[in-house]
Amino acid sequence: MNIHEYQAKQLLKQFGVAVPSGDPCKTLAEVRAAAERLFASGHTLAVVKSQIHAGGRGKGTFKHGFQGGVKLARSVDEVVAFAENMLGKLLVTKQTGPEGRQVQTLLVAAAETIKKEFYIAVLLDREKSRPVIMASTEGGVDIEEVAEKSPEKILKEWVDPAVGLQAFQCRKIASGLGLKGDLFNAACKLVAGVYKTWWECDASMVEINPLCIVEGPGGKESIMAVDAKIGLDDNALYRHKDIQEMRDLAEESPLEVEASKFNLNYIKLDGNIACLVNGAGLAMATMDIIQHFGGSPANFLDVGGGASKDQVSAAFKIILGDPGVKGILVNIFGGIMDCNVIATGIVAAVRETGLKLPLVVRLEGNNVLAGKQTLKDSALALISGDSMADAARKVVAAVNTH
Amino acid sequence: MSILVQSNTKVLVQGITGSFGAKHAQLSLDYGTRIVAGVTPGKGGQQFEHNGHKVPIFDTVADAVRETGATASAVFVPPPFAADAILEGADAGLSLVVAITEGIPVNDMIRVKRAMEGKSTRLVGPNCPGVVTPGEGRDSQGGCRIGIAPGYIHKKGHIGVVSRSGTLTYEAVFQLTARGVGQSTCVGIGGDPVNGTSHLDVIRMFMADPETHGIIMIGEIGGSAEEEAAEWIARNGTKPVAGFIAGATAPPGRRMGHAGAIVSGGKGTAKAKIDAFRMAGIGISPTPSDMAATLLKMM
Repeated sequence: MNIHEYQAKQLLKQFGVAVPSGDPCKTLAEVRAAAERLFASGHTLAVVKSQIHAGGRGKGTFKHGFQGGVKLARSVDEVVAFAENMLGKLLVTKQTGPEGRQVQTLLVAAAETIKKEFYIAVLLDREKSRPVIMASTEGGVDIEEVAEKSPEKILKEWVDPAVGLQAFQCRKIASGLGLKGDLFNAACKLVAGVYKTWWECDASMVEINPLCIVEGPGGKESIMAVDAKIGLDDNALYRHKDIQEMRDLAEESPLEVEASKFNLNYIKLDGNIACLVNGAGLAMATMDIIQHFGGSPANFLDVGGGASKDQVSAAFKIILGDPGVKGILVNIFGGIMDCNVIATGIVAAVRETGLKLPLVVRLEGNNVLAGKQTLKDSALALISGDSMADAARKVVAAVNTH
Repeated sequence: MSILVQSNTKVLVQGITGSFGAKHAQLSLDYGTRIVAGVTPGKGGQQFEHNGHKVPIFDTVADAVRETGATASAVFVPPPFAADAILEGADAGLSLVVAITEGIPVNDMIRVKRAMEGKSTRLVGPNCPGVVTPGEGRDSQGGCRIGIAPGYIHKKGHIGVVSRSGTLTYEAVFQLTARGVGQSTCVGIGGDPVNGTSHLDVIRMFMADPETHGIIMIGEIGGSAEEEAAEWIARNGTKPVAGFIAGATAPPGRRMGHAGAIVSGGKGTAKAKIDAFRMAGIGISPTPSDMAATLLKMM
């Protein structure tokens, strides 16, 4: 699960990481109140940030032509004027796709005077099966590019889960970033806080880019997280009720939200051949084989190992909720699950939805003969596939001629 | 021979009284696997009965091991308690713990993996279909089935299969058996980002096993375990290996069902894995329908 920047900052703050002062706002009245608080407390510049789960917000464009999803403002009125052009509007960035994403929340925060930008992140190193803290003096830029071009500029510190993050590791990072004096000590505390956020929240990733040295009133420098991104481990959400409440359904595809209600694992893609499969690996492989034979998969859909008739029916409705779908491939390897139960579910779903699109079914496994008979007896215009390859070829051909 | 388990391996089931654990304990008993004990805390002293089999239930794995001599376990315990169950198996000195449970928090597995460092217990999984060494009987009965794989699709023979995905393992096994080609052992290592046994671990065992003559290795997007195995095969491989990688069409940054199946930061792509396979001389199955055919062509 992903969360918004303002939510990520709330979590980081709980674990002692300094963030610029600011508030999330859902209405213009809230925007005005937040801006008034900022300017009243002595800040002279505010930043208005669109809260969507996609990168490239600053360089994005709103559908009505307004430029920039992140704006700097020098007065309360200017903040409100920007907000009028952002709240409720569709923001298109390089990551949202052409349809854009509706901005439902703005983060109105103090725009700090940035002296230097760093990068810090915590994530899982899969090879070592340990968390790794990555830090760099090259902040505010694409870290993958840094990793590619100058990997020596990325510091890495692995954490032994038996003892947890040690203070000396924080000092190594602060030193590696070239910090001295008060900033060195502040950075040590910050690194510990960022790691603690990762571990305690069961995050899959905490990324602060940029992490900044900022100049406060009177020239006093401090270090804070100016932007933040957190992804959470879905498997661990059960033990974080507060984080569960941060889920923003508006950021997810409506069909994916609907699928999750039926415990179906569905991911919408851009192609026109839908697939319904049991097992994640087989579902990916089914998408691949559709492409191999010249088609284009419309989705990933894993109905799981014990799919019921109701789940199959729900899966069909979700697939058909995508107007781009021109044909369907059902690929079931019923090792333990009864192929006849699946076949009965398919027949019921086809009748219920009045399906007109070409449907190719490949069934294999337990009680497959009864399953195939059920499909045959239904007198529905199904196409039967004998192997994955046969079924994929047939669905691609059917979509091309339909 | 075979790897990890033989037809006489004594197996216990952790979580034998839950619906999922019970169902698969029954199927394993039907398959002829020596399920010698069940463990459900609080139900020690009861019995798990199925088709004339009476399997004693214990409160702890240590009790079950002491009383029955079990050396391997299948973990069917729900995610919040699974890490504890795995460590209990290791503490009891089992040589193999196979964790079927899907949905264990990553941080739990990070801790489990660290705690098992240096121990003699091998963990397979979690989030995996388990391990099957087919038997001599009809539909490969009499073999050792730990987990949730359909036993009847197997056939005793000389091909080793290793995969992160359950259904793709079954697909490969089915293709082999349909061609009259049997398997030495089939190992599902699981779809999670932190797991006990890697592709490479299993490949090394297959290369060392005289009964295994060829290997099908099935991978998927995410991580670099397939590349690591391919590098080793390039230097040390002595048997033909065919491979398939799922997820060439998966969009970057999205988790494809399995917690570990994600391309992030440009890492873990299907292309990188297929390239590594090719460099190592592994036969590339162009589609998932050709896994057995690709291997048999090499043999």
